Amino acid sequence: MVGPAHYITLSAVLFTIGVIGVLTRKNAIIVFMAIEIMLNAANLALVTFAMTIGDVAGLIMVLLVMAVAAAEAAVGLAIIVAMFRHRETVNIEAFNVLRG
Amino acid sequence: MTGVDVAFWILAAIAVGASLVVITSRNPVACVLFLVVTFFALAGLFVTLHSHFLAAVQVIIYAGAIMVLFLFVIMLLNLGQEQWFDVSNNPLRVTAVVFGAGFLALLVGGGISGLAPTVRGPAAEISPDLLGSTGAVGTALYTAYFMPFITIALLLLLAMVGAVALARRER
Amino acid sequence: MTGVENLLWLIPAFPLAGVAINGLFGRKLGDRVVSVIGPGVVGTAFVLAAASFVALRSMPSTDRLLQQTLYNWLPAGEFSASIGFQLDPLSMTMVLVVTGVGFLIHLYSVGYMHGDGGYARYFAFLNLFTFAMLLLVMADNFLLLFVGWEGVGLCSYLLIGFWFEDRSKADAGKKAFIVNRIGDFGFLIGIFLIFWTFGSVAFADVLPEAATRLTLGGDLAFWICLFLFVGAVGKSAQIPLFVWLPDAMAGPTPVSALIHAATMVTAGVYMVARSHALYEMAPQVLALVAGIGAATALFAATIGIVQNDIKKVLAYSTISQLGYMFMGVGVAAFSAGIFHLVTHAFFKAVLFLGAGSVIHALHGEQDMRTMGGLKSKLPITYWTMLAATLAIAGVPPLAGFVSKDEILWRTWDGGHTVLWVIGFITAGLTAAYMFRLFFLTFHGSFRGTKDQWEHAHESPLSMTIPLMILGALSVVGGWIGLPAALGQPLGGIANRFEGWLAPVFEAGEHAAHEPHAIPPIEYGLMTASVAVATLGILVAYWTYLRSPDLPSRIVARSRGVYALLNGKYFVDELYDFLIVRPFYALSRFAWRFIDDGLIDGLGVGGTGALVKRGSRIVSRWETGYVQGYAMAFFGGVFAILAYYYLFR
Repeated sequence: MVGPAHYITLSAVLFTIGVIGVLTRKNAIIVFMAIEIMLNAANLALVTFAMTIGDVAGLIMVLLVMAVAAAEAAVGLAIIVAMFRHRETVNIEAFNVLRG
Repeated sequence: MTGVDVAFWILAAIAVGASLVVITSRNPVACVLFLVVTFFALAGLFVTLHSHFLAAVQVIIYAGAIMVLFLFVIMLLNLGQEQWFDVSNNPLRVTAVVFGAGFLALLVGGGISGLAPTVRGPAAEISPDLLGSTGAVGTALYTAYFMPFITIALLLLLAMVGAVALARRER
Repeated sequence: MTGVENLLWLIPAFPLAGVAINGLFGRKLGDRVVSVIGPGVVGTAFVLAAASFVALRSMPSTDRLLQQTLYNWLPAGEFSASIGFQLDPLSMTMVLVVTGVGFLIHLYSVGYMHGDGGYARYFAFLNLFTFAMLLLVMADNFLLLFVGWEGVGLCSYLLIGFWFEDRSKADAGKKAFIVNRIGDFGFLIGIFLIFWTFGSVAFADVLPEAATRLTLGGDLAFWICLFLFVGAVGKSAQIPLFVWLPDAMAGPTPVSALIHAATMVTAGVYMVARSHALYEMAPQVLALVAGIGAATALFAATIGIVQNDIKKVLAYSTISQLGYMFMGVGVAAFSAGIFHLVTHAFFKAVLFLGAGSVIHALHGEQDMRTMGGLKSKLPITYWTMLAATLAIAGVPPLAGFVSKDEILWRTWDGGHTVLWVIGFITAGLTAAYMFRLFFLTFHGSFRGTKDQWEHAHESPLSMTIPLMILGALSVVGGWIGLPAALGQPLGGIANRFEGWLAPVFEAGEHAAHEPHAIPPIEYGLMTASVAVATLGILVAYWTYLRSPDLPSRIVARSRGVYALLNGKYFVDELYDFLIVRPFYALSRFAWRFIDDGLIDGLGVGGTGALVKRGSRIVSRWETGYVQGYAMAFFGGVFAILAYYYLFR
């Protein structure tokens, strides 16, 4: 019988995968995608809890998270485009101007 | 083992597998496409949880809008191949993986096993199908959670303006 | 006469005004104006002092005290000290000496310092000295006395090193101040002990209570008096802190006359006399005072005999006579000690001013070996100096004889036979070396250059008038203190000086008013001291006038002794070795190692280096590498989660 525990475990696994992705990839866009994975894992957890305890607030939260994710993706990609225009690359190792 | 359980396991496997590919693939376009697969799997999982509305929204927004945006940008920037995920070469990556494993162990072993909700929300007795339906979500959104709704609208406006401003060509 | 009391403050106020005017505006006003203001303010102070004296005399003898408190200076919890003046017979005597002799010396300085570039500065300092000395003798509490004490020390430094462009003169000033400081330190501890015992430092609170709060011969009395005496040793140049006085001769001669003969150096004697109530409770310290006084007197006299610089002879003579004064107060003959202080002020001032006159005439020559036969050239100087030399040698009936003899008699009478013998021998030596000075300078043939002889001339009036006045005082000044031994046979003349001071020193002095039987031994001792003085004069005469080659023959015979005496017993060299060198080494260490090395290098430089290195280490964390930062976030989250899951 699959219960909330399974969903939460899945959420944890997906989140971890997302974290590893953020920490290891060098392409800025792919790092972004890993962040989206993390957000989705969070959404999954939220929905699970909302349905388990019967509070619709959880579902509202998910909606809001999705909206924010969309906004963040738009702005983030705009930044990446601007970055690309400066350095001709999206390798985040090339953007170490804050070094020192 | 009911049908829902089977569906869960299959969808879970797809989700995990696809996201693994996302973080290991060399080809950015492949990454995007597999991410779309992940999103669909997740939408399916939402359905198994009886939140139909959100499943639909997930597909529309994530797979439909955000991923398209990603794809556009990748095509626009005309990115090439990059170095493959090579664990033995980079201590940072080793650390990350090890950490990740530890993190997972922590989450799973530490907290999830004894997960039984101690709180019951206001709609606990309502059937989940009703709870996750568009009507229920919509009603809550426009009455009790109306302020966050307006705020999100503003946020989206801001994001739009910001994105346009950032990506403009310098004259 | 309560009105007079309110004007006590004017006596020191005038010299203070002189300081302000001469110091601040002296250069602009010009030498002429300064010549009027400088001596003028002191003269005015003298007139006021004389008026106070008259007022005091009109008061009944047991009641003679004028007091004025200006304001409460230091109210600090249990401690309080005020700026207050008092005039009792003792202070009155000192004030008259300070202002009277001071005025005459100021007048002399007009002539002596004529044309000097620092004319106004000189008079400002001299006025400042007078002010400080007046504070010292008019103070009604130990703290204000100490302020005056320090003030005269400062002026001594300023005036000794007056011609400071000359390095050795500046060094002499420093030496005086530093050696004085050692004494001052002891004095201060004494004052602390007094406050601790009596709860106050005012004379009115301390001196009457001395007999009740202190046990006779007890520890507390011992330490208080000992520490106070340390201060006196420094200020009055006794063994072992006398080394600054001979060097102080580097200052202008009037300074030597005023500060290092008549007034400042006598402050120690005054202080002991003022604190007599305390000293009477500590007989061991009194014995020490007398002992050191006697020893210093003899010691300095032996050095004075072989000195060739005219001022150095006078310097050692001063140290020796101060020894007599301490011997006097040490055998509890307080008024005798003060009496000798007064007469010494007269004749020593003449001696120094006369020497200044000679130096002035010879354009700066101070070595007696190149003098001689100046009697014909400097007649006024000659006669006044003769009077003073006879006085210091102790020839009756001049002032020096009366006072010195009084001390010697009291010493014998108090049973201190050894001290008397020392004093007796010293009297002979004093006569000898003083007349050596006199004969070498004024008699015989002139041993200097022809040029000097041509230009030698008597000093101007501004210098000779003070000489004459003080010379006269050296002759007759002793007659106010004529001892009963001489006064009675002469028709019952009482010892007026002793009577004047008697109310101050009531215990420890025997009444001098009623006639009493005079033991014949007193006459015997008197005759003996006159005899030894005459012997000294004859020896000097024979040695330096009759057979001028005798000195060199004696020196050849006793090279060792001569070297010892001429080298001043090598006390300076001893101090240099024991004290000065270690201090230099210590300060060099403190400078090089501690200041440069530790503080500058390690502290200041080290802190800088530390910050630099630290920041270099820390800046390695700023990689600019986003994923590194993300790793850090993640590590933090991991740690928090681990904490919660595992430990709670």
